[in-house]
Amino acid sequence: MALVEIRDVRKSFGQVEVLKGVSLDVKEGEIVTIIGRSGSGKSTLLRCINALETIDSGSITVEGQAVSAGMANLRQFRQRVGIVFQAFNLFPHLTVEKNITLAPLLTKKIGKAQARPLALDVLGRVGLADKIDAWPERLSGGQQQRVAIARCLAMAPHLMLFDEVTSALDPELVGEVLKVMEDMARQGMTMVLVTHEMGFARNVANKIVFMHQGKVWEEGPPAELFANPRTPELRSFINSVK
Amino acid sequence: MNFQQLWRYQDQFVEGALITLALTLIAAVVGLAIGVAGAALLRGGAKPVRLAVRSYIEIFRNTPSLIQIFLIFFVLPAAGLKLPAFEAAAVALSFYFGAYAIEIVRAGLDSIPKSQVEAGQCLGLTRWEVFRHIVLPPALRNVYPAFTAQFVLLLLGTSLASQVAAGELFHAASFIESRTYRSFEVYAVVCAIYFAMVIAFKALFAVIGLAAFRWPIRR
Amino acid sequence: MRSFGFIDLLSFVHALQWTVVLVLVALAFGGPLALLLATTRTSRFAPLRWLAAGLIQLIQGVPLLGLLFFFYFGMPVFLGIEVPALVAVGMAYTLYTAGFLGDIWRGGIEAVKPAQWEAGACLGLTTWQQFRHIIGPQALRMSLPPTVGFLVQLIKGTSLASIVGFVELARAGQVVSAATFQPLLAYGIVAAIYFALCLPLTLWSRTLEARLNGAR
Repeated sequence: MALVEIRDVRKSFGQVEVLKGVSLDVKEGEIVTIIGRSGSGKSTLLRCINALETIDSGSITVEGQAVSAGMANLRQFRQRVGIVFQAFNLFPHLTVEKNITLAPLLTKKIGKAQARPLALDVLGRVGLADKIDAWPERLSGGQQQRVAIARCLAMAPHLMLFDEVTSALDPELVGEVLKVMEDMARQGMTMVLVTHEMGFARNVANKIVFMHQGKVWEEGPPAELFANPRTPELRSFINSVK
Repeated sequence: MNFQQLWRYQDQFVEGALITLALTLIAAVVGLAIGVAGAALLRGGAKPVRLAVRSYIEIFRNTPSLIQIFLIFFVLPAAGLKLPAFEAAAVALSFYFGAYAIEIVRAGLDSIPKSQVEAGQCLGLTRWEVFRHIVLPPALRNVYPAFTAQFVLLLLGTSLASQVAAGELFHAASFIESRTYRSFEVYAVVCAIYFAMVIAFKALFAVIGLAAFRWPIRR
Repeated sequence: MRSFGFIDLLSFVHALQWTVVLVLVALAFGGPLALLLATTRTSRFAPLRWLAAGLIQLIQGVPLLGLLFFFYFGMPVFLGIEVPALVAVGMAYTLYTAGFLGDIWRGGIEAVKPAQWEAGACLGLTTWQQFRHIIGPQALRMSLPPTVGFLVQLIKGTSLASIVGFVELARAGQVVSAATFQPLLAYGIVAAIYFALCLPLTLWSRTLEARLNGAR
């Protein structure tokens, strides 16, 4: 059984149907990259996996558990699924350490003594151990995004979602964030990404999903998909992002 | 001009000032409670409840505090509830401050982007934990200037309680005036005492603000 | 004791005129003074800035009631002559308006980006021309919502003139209440009149504020 199973999911915002019957599997350890034009429903799909949006019909299961905004153990579920946003969403009033340890202290009831070592450990994995006492506002965009990733890692998630995490960054800061994500991929984390970074999609992902008009238009291994797009829509998309 | 005579009435000045402080603090605390409750009702209440809260805000913000004090002091006894002057003034000022406090608390909550709440939810925090640890501290900081400004207006506004003889500074002043016939001097001293209290509170709020809100913010 | 009648309503209308006169006096004299305070408060000459800041602090740091008594009892002390109540009361409201509006407009001036002054200077405008044509209009736009908000505060504040015996709306309410022993009716009507004056302004201020935030 796949870690994430998405079956015929539909979702509308008012009159606009954003997802028109999407099905997708993500296996354990797999790196799945969702690409497509803006408005194709990529981000909405990602937010549905974490129950940030409620689906209208169809089903999503993660680790065999049906996902919905009203699910019984939503909070425990979300502790196993990390999500990183385009806008970082660090908490401005908490230091880097407190940003990372807030949730483990409250939800996992780790002891105060374990908090700082935990923060140091995950910060080490994103290369920012020296920033443990910094305020988010004092960090560059790339550093903030790496802290946001570390904050997720501290929850020891089984699955990580990335919603255009490099889109808000200055070009010279994109690399440091992608490198952290590559490291995570190498260590076997299951990851679903929405991204415009075609280089990353090509080199790191196991599977590319091309979304168009609220549907999965094409999917397959990156080499195959990029070399031989079967549909004119994907061909024109690949040409436009080159 | 002759301020000499007023020295004898030190005790009256001090007592008046203490009652002014008491009125201010009571109205601020009760008003803030009204503010939190009202803001919560505006967010989550049913439509008639929201309408009632809105009406309360508009009525108390668009009529003079003096008239509100008169209404509560002179009218409640007719309804069988006879409040002493201090209590009546405290009630009136609390409701007056509460109407402003609701708007302030609401502005504070509205100032926190939804994405911050989402980020908290995604970490598996409960609604209360999200509110307490993620929404509240920055919201407090955002409305702290508005709240402290409104507090100063409240402190000054307690002077109206003198019109129902609530015993605060201006009421004390009218007593001293009636004994000394030094009207100008008495009110000059009263103004100076208010000014000193305002400056002291502003300094206190500034220190509290610096201590409580240490994180840098984007400009 | 007599019952509440038409004559009482008439007295409210009459008194309302004096409330309006107070507001107009406060704006007519306090407005220019506020502009002076706002510009000196943002002046490049530090002592002027401190003087304006001190005055604003002082006016905002004492109760309006204190200002009223200060001038009501102070004018004879300073000038050695009795002055009409309207003059003494008018002085108090003028200063009150100058202090609050001056601070609001200072905020408006400071909210205009410094680059706007520089852009004006680069066009060869004098400091006054920069203020008059570039900074002023933008500052006015930004400070309009709180200015209208202050108008509400001022209208409500005129009720305090009743305390020094000036017959305006609130005073008429007291007189009628005492004569008819119907405080609920008397003060209720007075409150309703204030409400009718202030609510439209409050709503207008809020609309302006929303429009300003939307435009940003």
